[in-house]
Amino acid sequence: MAATQDLVAFDEAMEKYDPVLGFEVHVELNTKTKMFSAAPNAFGDVPNTNVSPVDLGLPGVLPVVNKSAVEYSIMIGLALNCKIAESCFFARKNYFYPDTPKNFQTSQYEDPICYDGYLDIELEDGEVFRVEIERAHMEEDAGKLTHMGGATGRIQGAEYSLVDYNRAGVPLVEIVTKPIVGAGSRAPELARAYVAAVREIVKNLGVSDARMERGNVRCDANVSLMPKGATQFGTRSETKNVNSLRAVERAVYFEIQRHAAMLESGQKVVQETRHWHEDTRSTTSGRPKSDADDYRYFPEPDLVPVVTTKAWIEELRARLPEPPAERRKRLKADWGYADAEFRDVVNAGVMDSIEETIAAGASAAVARKWWMGEISRRAKEAEVEPSELGVSPQTVVELDRLVQAGKINDKLARQVLDGVLAGEGSPEEVVEKRGLAVVSDDSALLEAIDAALAAQPEVAEKIRGGKVQAAGAIVGGVMKATRGQADAGRVRELIFERLGVQG
Amino acid sequence: MSEINRAAVAHLARLAHIEMTAEELDKMAGELDVIVDSIKSVQEVARPEVPATSHPIPLTNVFREDVVGETLSQELALANAPDAADGRFKVPAILDEE
Repeated sequence: MAATQDLVAFDEAMEKYDPVLGFEVHVELNTKTKMFSAAPNAFGDVPNTNVSPVDLGLPGVLPVVNKSAVEYSIMIGLALNCKIAESCFFARKNYFYPDTPKNFQTSQYEDPICYDGYLDIELEDGEVFRVEIERAHMEEDAGKLTHMGGATGRIQGAEYSLVDYNRAGVPLVEIVTKPIVGAGSRAPELARAYVAAVREIVKNLGVSDARMERGNVRCDANVSLMPKGATQFGTRSETKNVNSLRAVERAVYFEIQRHAAMLESGQKVVQETRHWHEDTRSTTSGRPKSDADDYRYFPEPDLVPVVTTKAWIEELRARLPEPPAERRKRLKADWGYADAEFRDVVNAGVMDSIEETIAAGASAAVARKWWMGEISRRAKEAEVEPSELGVSPQTVVELDRLVQAGKINDKLARQVLDGVLAGEGSPEEVVEKRGLAVVSDDSALLEAIDAALAAQPEVAEKIRGGKVQAAGAIVGGVMKATRGQADAGRVRELIFERLGVQG
Repeated sequence: MSEINRAAVAHLARLAHIEMTAEELDKMAGELDVIVDSIKSVQEVARPEVPATSHPIPLTNVFREDVVGETLSQELALANAPDAADGRFKVPAILDEE
């Protein structure tokens, strides 16, 4: 199916149409227990062990709201500049699906706990785009279905499905944007940046583990096109399963091209859910919106309203950490990095490490040199994040101290780092054990210089004759003889002294 | 004036996965219509400024602290499952929907 879909090239589509975006981002909270039961909220445990009668929807059970989950939800709302409802209640969203054992999802409908917010998204070149938040409401996650018997593990062709309810009832906050107009050709980039910003915020708040690969943050992306200059929105598609930042960007890019092709050929865009496929980087049709989407919401009779007070909200507001975007601005100014330097630091994921290294006593320049240079290079080789390589801020500080003291040079420092990573101890200990200290004893150096001069008499002659640049060959010989453990500057001085010329 | 007709009942029955015979649909359409009319007369009394009542008891903020409590064992969780495999509930293949 996917292979035969007509597409219009993205740039061409952008000449004729304006995209309108909308996002529903589901955030799994990292409370200890579930939204309505005291069963553990934990990932990766033995199936159907983190369940209570409430999670299985057994007859006669009563849900009780997790206070921390409500507080986390309010904190998310505050971080998204939302208003917090003075009073709100839960509602039942009725539908039949095996991942939902009660045959309804406990959610919020008419009055979400958070509403009317916004988030300023800074794109890579510094342009700021405001995304309006419609609402953020509390609900619960569903169980996990595994489709068996099909060739691809997909639902199509499956013979049966297995259900694990460990995830059923895990607290969720669903964040819904208002329609996002005016992004133009930057729509895919904005989509990615928005989801990245939400993920960063909930992670920074400490209310979610925010690991997309585990489904802690999941995104449904709505896309529609309208002719340039129009004000009436086109028909939208809702793409599910876009669960990585790259996929969000690609899915929006793809849907714009697909919508444009349909409109260009005079077809109507169908309002439907679509599934994202990372392998083909395309979407396929899910099911059209139908009257099965009549969820017959009604107020949850087993749960009483949640009422917030000003004092409670202010207490939660006081718990909010510095917003990530503001923190970046502050650190950039403190460290005095240029725009491009700071952006590289952020993109390399070493901002926190640099902050810790500076706190441990390094200068901003030294911290950047190490984390962006040698440590990033090794991390790339090892295919891990720089922060996961095992280099502590103290190691960087100590390496720099040894270089400043003239005990080792940059080249030796890299070998010392090797030793530290190999578990040979602190930098100082590695210098000791590996015998890596710079040869600072002039007599030892002079001995090597004399040997080098004797080995290359014609070069010695040139230097005596005033060709000081020829000294490089002698320095090279000395470095070789000392296995790199000499201070090249000092060697140079000594050569000139020895030959009685001005360097 | 009939608010609830036979087609509406059939629609609701389908959404609720309830199988109903033709006679049941007719009977239920009539009965539900009486109920809707009764509620209508209540709504005449309730002015727009009166908020809808979802809970008759004036309780709010019934919360639980975030502390792990008892859970079922896998064996108990699956005790009433019509079918199970690999420690999980086994359900028929689900088509057309995801």
